[in-house]
Amino acid sequence: MKDTAAIPGMRMKGNKIQIRTPESTNKALNITLFVLAALTIFTFVQMDYRNLDFLEASYFALRDFGMMMFSPSLKAGHFGWDTIVYETFKTIGLAILSTVFSAIISFFLGLAGALNFSNKTLSTLCKSLMSLIRAIPTILWVLVFTVAIGLGSEAAIVGISFHSIAYLTKAFSESFEEIDEGTIEALKASGASYWQIVFQCALPETISKLLSWTFIRFEINFTNAVAVGAVAGAGGIGYQLFQAGSFYYSIQEVGVIVYACLIVAFMLEFISIQLRKRYIVQ
Amino acid sequence: METSMSLAPQKTFDHSYFRKKNLAILALVLLMVLVMWGSGKVADFDFVYAFTSIPLALQWMAISFAPTAASLSALPELLHQTWLTILSAVAATTTAAILALILGVLGSNSVGVKNTVVKTSIRVIASVFRNIPIVAWALVLLLSFKQGEFTGFLALFLSTFGQLTRLFLDTFDEVPLGPIEAVGATGSSYWPIIFQAAIPCAIPQLMSWVLYMVETNIRSATLVGMLTGTGIGFAFDLYYKSFRYDVAGLLVIITIITVISIELISAKVRRSML
Repeated sequence: MKDTAAIPGMRMKGNKIQIRTPESTNKALNITLFVLAALTIFTFVQMDYRNLDFLEASYFALRDFGMMMFSPSLKAGHFGWDTIVYETFKTIGLAILSTVFSAIISFFLGLAGALNFSNKTLSTLCKSLMSLIRAIPTILWVLVFTVAIGLGSEAAIVGISFHSIAYLTKAFSESFEEIDEGTIEALKASGASYWQIVFQCALPETISKLLSWTFIRFEINFTNAVAVGAVAGAGGIGYQLFQAGSFYYSIQEVGVIVYACLIVAFMLEFISIQLRKRYIVQ
Repeated sequence: METSMSLAPQKTFDHSYFRKKNLAILALVLLMVLVMWGSGKVADFDFVYAFTSIPLALQWMAISFAPTAASLSALPELLHQTWLTILSAVAATTTAAILALILGVLGSNSVGVKNTVVKTSIRVIASVFRNIPIVAWALVLLLSFKQGEFTGFLALFLSTFGQLTRLFLDTFDEVPLGPIEAVGATGSSYWPIIFQAAIPCAIPQLMSWVLYMVETNIRSATLVGMLTGTGIGFAFDLYYKSFRYDVAGLLVIITIITVISIELISAKVRRSML
């Protein structure tokens, strides 16, 4: 009823004030929510559960999880503390090497991808090639390189770097594109060469962003290095994790390795919060 | 005389600023080289071998991973496995998002509960779940849930839950306080404030994180699938270990197409939501 509305333009729905109008609801959002919900329900309906006894499995899973988190120990004797510590550092080493290589290469690829430091053709070419590389999961890169150049840290680092370069190139070129056009123009007007502009303007203007992206990627690369060690056997603590879980069925040893990973992850998170406070907030 | 002297341009240029800057850069580069060398030693990494082998490796890949007519016979199976991977990535993300939304609201500084103990424990739980390697989740769950799709889904769900809770907490922390105060001023209780102000303000950002996690989870599902024997990861492992590199190459192409299409779709959705 229109006449019950006390304020002009106010819509009523029965005795209640209608708060939402058809125009104010977000169509794209509703469709996305609907599609996600429908796909999820469909997944559960069609999933092959292989006669799983859920109650029993959940009970065992909770027990195993409790054992992993609350009674980690190396009593089973498959690994010594020296192995765990050394392999953890090895994984950190893999992550450092792949991150530094990727950051250096991505700096130049990022310039090629940024519209203001490159031309349209080169930029499009670089960006599409990178999204192609980024679409392939890290683990596939590592497995392919394991066959091509042999099992070892070389395959792990080269494999992790591929995905990591593609990721950082995107982040770096977006950072370069945000540089104020005026600064570049001023340098051009003073007769600066391309590389002078890069090192006197692009690098100092974006260095804090580049560093924080690199550090974010370092955290991801550590996680990747663990995963790659486990699935491809390419070295590091991941391989011990896989052995403990898959060969020895030793949950307590898995627990020790999980804590080793957690300690490294928490340290990295702490460092990244400190870095962000010092460089980003300013 | 004195005045004209001081107006004359200074003859000696002060180099100390640039000298200091160059020295700092040199020290940084040296430190970097030292760290790299140390990491190389610990990781047992051969720099020369790695760099010289890349061109040959890429050449080998291009030749042996090129799909042939024979590999097309595996296409229906590969497409089916890819579809299963997409489904499990979406389902894990959506279910994790529901749980993460609840914890994200309760643990946030803006609209969360006032109890510091609850808030801190939500943050600690999110951080622990996020940082436990997904491989560890998969390995532990394999012991009780055996190989199968559900195990893969659970491993993905648990790590996604940790990540999304952290992202949702950050999103709710940054939600503008105006609408929340406005709804509060009408005398609304806690839940109307959450559902009429906090969530509507945050939802575009929340959805954007969910879509991002779907993309990431397709890649993670590949990894998990290798352990749980499902999806793209399983198919790749199978053909790869039986030296059918052409089929594995076809699967890589399918993966590229899948991931890029999902990226494009979610970019479009994100733009129309904001």
